[in-house]
Amino acid sequence: MNRMSRSTYTLQLNGESVSCTAEADMPLLWVLRDVLNRTGTRFGCGAGLCGACTVHVDGVPTRACVTPIQAVASQPITTIEGVDGRVATAVQDAWTKLNVAQCGYCQAGQVMSAIALLAKTPTPSDDDIDAAMQGNLCRCGAYPRIRAAIRTAAESLR
Amino acid sequence: MRRRTFLLAGLGAGGALVFGWSLTPPRQRLHGRTRPLTEGGTIALNGWLMIAPDDTVTVVSPKAEMGQGIHTALAMLIAEELSCEWAKVRTVHSPIDRIYNNIAAIVDGLPIHSDLDDHLAVRGVRWLTAKMMREVGVMMTGGSSSVRDCWTIARQAGATAREALVLAASARSGVPVADCRVQSGVVICGRQRFRFGELVADAATQRPTEVRLKAPSEFQLIGKPMPRLDARDKARGTATFGIDVRPAGVRYAAVAMAPAADMKPVSFDEAAARARPGVLDVVPLAGSPFGDRPGVAVIADSWWRAKQALAAMPISWSPTAHTQLSDTTITAKLLTAVSREGGLPFRSVGEGREVLTGASRVLEATYEAPYLAHATMEPMNATVLVENKAVTVWTGTQVPGFARKAASTIAGVDEEQVTLHQQLLGGGFGRRLDVDYIAQATAVAKAMPGVPIQLIWSREDDFRHDFYRPAAVSHLRAAINGGALAGIVARSASQAPFREYSKRVGLVFTTAGPDRTTAEGTWDQPYEIPSLHVTHADVELPIPVGSWRSVGHSHQAFFYESFLDEIAAALKTDPLRFRLGLLERHTRAARVLRMAADRAGWSEAPGEAPDGQPIARGVALHFSFGTLVAHVAEVSISPAREIRVHRIVCAVDCGLVVNPDGAAQQVEGAILDGLGTALHGALRIEQGQVTTRNFDGSRPLRLPEVPRLEVHFVPSTDTPTGLGEPALPGVAPAVANAVFRLTGYRLRALPLRLPPEPI
Repeated sequence: MNRMSRSTYTLQLNGESVSCTAEADMPLLWVLRDVLNRTGTRFGCGAGLCGACTVHVDGVPTRACVTPIQAVASQPITTIEGVDGRVATAVQDAWTKLNVAQCGYCQAGQVMSAIALLAKTPTPSDDDIDAAMQGNLCRCGAYPRIRAAIRTAAESLR
Repeated sequence: MRRRTFLLAGLGAGGALVFGWSLTPPRQRLHGRTRPLTEGGTIALNGWLMIAPDDTVTVVSPKAEMGQGIHTALAMLIAEELSCEWAKVRTVHSPIDRIYNNIAAIVDGLPIHSDLDDHLAVRGVRWLTAKMMREVGVMMTGGSSSVRDCWTIARQAGATAREALVLAASARSGVPVADCRVQSGVVICGRQRFRFGELVADAATQRPTEVRLKAPSEFQLIGKPMPRLDARDKARGTATFGIDVRPAGVRYAAVAMAPAADMKPVSFDEAAARARPGVLDVVPLAGSPFGDRPGVAVIADSWWRAKQALAAMPISWSPTAHTQLSDTTITAKLLTAVSREGGLPFRSVGEGREVLTGASRVLEATYEAPYLAHATMEPMNATVLVENKAVTVWTGTQVPGFARKAASTIAGVDEEQVTLHQQLLGGGFGRRLDVDYIAQATAVAKAMPGVPIQLIWSREDDFRHDFYRPAAVSHLRAAINGGALAGIVARSASQAPFREYSKRVGLVFTTAGPDRTTAEGTWDQPYEIPSLHVTHADVELPIPVGSWRSVGHSHQAFFYESFLDEIAAALKTDPLRFRLGLLERHTRAARVLRMAADRAGWSEAPGEAPDGQPIARGVALHFSFGTLVAHVAEVSISPAREIRVHRIVCAVDCGLVVNPDGAAQQVEGAILDGLGTALHGALRIEQGQVTTRNFDGSRPLRLPEVPRLEVHFVPSTDTPTGLGEPALPGVAPAVANAVFRLTGYRLRALPLRLPPEPI
């Protein structure tokens, strides 16, 4: 029954301290969406298979749907609502300029993965892009534009 | 386009509100009975656009935005004629009204071969059907029909509003109408200039009597690549979908549904669920004719807690009679059905099936395609608030009218008492033509009146409770005489998806008679084959089926275009030259095919893959939704016998292209949907239950597998035709035809898999 008891967590979310009450095993995704009403991080599969829920935990792209709140309670968490800075701007501008999104549902996750890639690898090779983005599914097939937008963003960051 | 001037006598903004609805002509699609929601001084000049005092133009879209970019395209059509400032344009979803009924999808969906398009009787039938659909039709986004459906009315709406603004400016300035001109959101009357925002209140009382639409040569916006209006919001994650609505006091529901069509919950341990944190209610569900199955829902203060409580609650289900039903036994059943004579004839020309009797040689092949799930990235969800005599629904749907009907039926209120707030759709692909999830959410919300309930399906629910593309098989025979193709006899078997859909939603005029979606893609192609005989056997099975992007075309194109390739090979003819030889009188089709082949460099050697493996090209041509598409695929085989696609060149003739960049986006997406399902798409069924549960069981295309795509449009000023679906069907056969050229092995089943050892 211990799993069911709720605790209060103080998250470092998008540069702010945010308190919430949740069970230790409640996934970060549902804390964000249902407890804190931050709906930019999306539910796609619940099993870490599609990447729609990608957030940054200490800068590392992380699937929020399979990450218990307890595991990340003390680390800085960034969601699509909180990204800023040069890399994020370059990525989101490239995404807009190249009309990447179709339905757009997976795009917050795609953008989070792309930002994490370029923050670490400013001039990624094709293989780097493949490796960083292969866990983010898109049913609309925005992939060619995702690839192009990452190259455009990398170019603009030089 | 033949008639660019239309009259609006006696139809001002005020008059339209009380206008009777007896057999309304096209121009009366301008004004609805339900006015679009206006606020802050914003005024609707007709049912399609509103203007605010600050000059913001709000385009009112009856079409659901599900990724296809229709809001941008529709805004371009309206802004073109309105002559407003593009930067001031925004879009909203429309209310439900008869003026928004989809005429094009139904009229162009009539089972008539395109060779007969100009026939007088065919034009008469289309005219009558259009008239009928304006009265009893359906508000629907689907069938690649949105631009076709709005092409004239949206421009008329923009032009009529512009004329009203000019009349208002003329009255205010005293300058004759003929001396007023409109430029970028301003009416210029001599030295005086009036912004649209200043004029809109006066314009609402004006009644333009004659309005002229621009000729294509005058277009400023249409035909130019325009950025999507939703691009930035979607890149920032600020665009909101149905699953993101948060009405005050919202609670969340998770659901367990009967695993097979004939099962229902017998008992469940309600107390176990209620003992979990955050649980507010446990709701047994009876299911409904809209397609939602019996089950049990749990309502809690977060969706995860509802889902946890559901998992903690043992449910015992009644047994199923379908213990022998699996994807394998279904294929066997379809093969039996296809081997019998009879079935519904869709087309018989020349000697019909008799052509086989006198043939010197008969080629024969049987093709198979599996069930496919839609798997939209946003799982099914709806938020419903049931109050005394009022129901509010927030959801993303391709059919707002049916959604409202489902909510009203389940809640037991009149349709007028239901308010539907259309949301952005996180993918549609035909799945959101069904309203089962809306009926189900209403049933759950009824248990807690006064509380908005957001019902969300898990990905597992989504895979297991879809309305799938039906599994299908086709038996094809070709009669060869004197070294030439004399005729084709094609006979396919599958469930009838549109008929079953019609029964679920109560679309009465398509619940009986032949379902054209079963055999489309074979009988309706442009090839000049001396004798053609196409039949289809409908098979009933307890697996729910519906419209999956491009519907029958999605598998019939694979069957037919692969088989044509087999015939070309048997006749020792180049597959491109063989097809062109069957298109001598169909110059439009031949031109598309040549364009794809030329751009791909068909006559040059295709080279080799980076690892030195040889590359071969395959070709396919397909006609669907009024649009011709040709694909050339470049393919190699890895040492591990995997099919690798390096490049797809695609040529499209869809008439005039409204937004070239948006159109290219649709074609790219359709190609990759076609490629992903050709390579990986399958659905497992055991004991009458779908056992594919998540993206690990039906692998979608991933970024590293994406080939180089080249999309070319045939320049045209013809009326636009469909685009969301037509580039999908030809991908699988183009790839399979390339595999044949490489290996000599003919792949006759989807998904495409080479046997482990070289043949």
